[in-house]
Amino acid sequence: MDWSFFTEVLVGGLLSGVMYSLVAIGFVLIYKTSGVLNFAQGALLLFAALTFVSLTERGLPFWAGIALTLAAMTAIGALIERTVLRPLVNQPPITLFMATLGVSYVIEGAAQLLWGTQVHGLDLGIDDLPLEIGGVLISTFDLFAAAVAGAMVAGLTLFFRYTRIGLGFRAVADDPLAALAVGLSLDRIWTAVWTASGVVALVAGLLWGARLGVQFSLSLVVLKALPVLVLGGFDSIAGAIVGGLIVGAVEKLAEVYAGPLVGGGIEGWIAYVAALGFLLIRPAGLFGAKPVERV
Amino acid sequence: MTDLALDKPVPPNAAEPNRTAPAARRGTVRPSPTALGVGLLLAVAFGLLPLVGSEYLFDAILTPFLALALAGLGLNILTGYAGQVSLGSAAFMAVGAYAAFNLSLRLPGLPFVVDILLAGLVAAAVGLVFGLPSLRLRGFYLAVSTLAAQFFVQWVFNKVGWFSNNSPSGIVTVPPLSVAGLALDGSVGRYLFALSVVSVVTLVVWRLVDSPTGRALAALRDHETAARVIGLPVLRLKLLAFAVSSFIIGVAGVLWAFAYLRTVEPAGFNLDRSFQILFIVIIGGLASLRGAFLGAALIVVFPLALARLGETLLGGLFDSGVLEMSQRIVLGLLIIAFLIAEPAGLSALLDRLWRRVAGRLAALCSALCSRFASNRSA
Repeated sequence: MDWSFFTEVLVGGLLSGVMYSLVAIGFVLIYKTSGVLNFAQGALLLFAALTFVSLTERGLPFWAGIALTLAAMTAIGALIERTVLRPLVNQPPITLFMATLGVSYVIEGAAQLLWGTQVHGLDLGIDDLPLEIGGVLISTFDLFAAAVAGAMVAGLTLFFRYTRIGLGFRAVADDPLAALAVGLSLDRIWTAVWTASGVVALVAGLLWGARLGVQFSLSLVVLKALPVLVLGGFDSIAGAIVGGLIVGAVEKLAEVYAGPLVGGGIEGWIAYVAALGFLLIRPAGLFGAKPVERV
Repeated sequence: MTDLALDKPVPPNAAEPNRTAPAARRGTVRPSPTALGVGLLLAVAFGLLPLVGSEYLFDAILTPFLALALAGLGLNILTGYAGQVSLGSAAFMAVGAYAAFNLSLRLPGLPFVVDILLAGLVAAAVGLVFGLPSLRLRGFYLAVSTLAAQFFVQWVFNKVGWFSNNSPSGIVTVPPLSVAGLALDGSVGRYLFALSVVSVVTLVVWRLVDSPTGRALAALRDHETAARVIGLPVLRLKLLAFAVSSFIIGVAGVLWAFAYLRTVEPAGFNLDRSFQILFIVIIGGLASLRGAFLGAALIVVFPLALARLGETLLGGLFDSGVLEMSQRIVLGLLIIAFLIAEPAGLSALLDRLWRRVAGRLAALCSALCSRFASNRSA
């Protein structure tokens, strides 16, 4: 076995796993604080990338495009919370999940109706040159994406730990009723969470868009993020990162070493099978909270 | 929620006299309103529609409606009655469709009805395998794990040429439908065939959800730990729910391929189809037999209606791309609106509407009667 090739595949997988983590973090934010599995995260990501690309293509400078898209994402996040989730408070989780499925249909349709269905290229100004580190070739773009993801996780961790609203997030995640009782405004916090996940969607959308081109299939990256969530636990940011790394590595290694034996194309499901196998041992994922049930 | 089954006719041979219902005491069993309604519907569907319906009605509306309604019914057993969410229904439809195709291709001697049963059993077996995670997982973890079925099955049918008889495009044409020497390859024939299958399966499911097994499934849904405490075999029940549900969804896949499309291809059973079936169940109403049919009707008719509407309102401006996007948007809005307005689905909505109409009618009737009576006494 060629070990340097193995390392190269492994590192490539780990780095692409970071890209999955980026998407998964958006899910975790919302699941942690409101118990909703937000299927619309992929659609949000598509919308963010498509809006940004269309704005810059119309001659807007980079930062103005970012600012405008950010404003749009904030508005959409708040709008979803206000019009869809608030009326559905106290409904079972499956109902809320279905509602976000509906939201994702609306956003996908609206984004493409608004900006068209053609594929846009997105250039973030990072050359995707292979970098040689210790005999292993690594893509600079992947390294950049990993750095961004790392910065985002660090930022979120600091935010959760040291800011007032971050503390509020944790309080609501811990016990919504108790949070209400000490005078936290659930509505405000949920709006803030949706806004935050809109920001995460923007970051992920830009990186994924630069990688794949901005088009409809961008919203399908949720399907890559779901096994990550299952592996890491729906309510853990650390889990999203570790899960992403595992899924990325497993996917690449399986595709390179097992793929040729069965005719290739297995990356569509191998992550799910790996996640399943793992779940059979730990049903709440790596870092997920084990639910306590009372009869 | 618990509809249909509540007012089943009382058996005429009920043993103790004080337990016999008034109707039975009079010597005849009076059918319940539900049974009457179902009978009437069946009479119209079997007797009247084939005489008056157009080819478009059968090919574009009724046959796909029947297939999707059956798939919804199957998923409803799993999700509505047993409380296990699945996002992989289309995979089991695909298994049913491909199984029936290969059975009719490789064992041409078998009658088609046997093919259908076997295809359902194959789907049930595959469902059992992908239901295994349900023994350990719950809620969203389970829902996501059913996606494994979706992607894996689609991949298998794409990759392994044997299943599609090595057709280079992956799309296979199914043999024309014929049952017991009777050719059913016209629009009406295929519709009648689908209708018969759906009627039989629905009847069986109706009995099932009202049986002790059906109630055990509901107990499992409502509180798994409590169900375990009262001694229900929870693990076996979960697997049973997966098997029965997959069987029915597999049969729905056979109808989809043989009665509706007359071709089979993996892309027809993608994730969007799975979501569509889930929408049918949620919009129609969880744990309601009627719900699957109401939801399927909405899902089938709504895009056609929207296309027609767009064409008349906007004319040439409404190209296929715009249409597709607006269909997506409206479907999404519809789902959200339904969930907010009536989380229990169309079935509950219909109940409420019916109660209101019936209340009005009763009020009107009693008002008329009292006026009539006072006129007579005057």
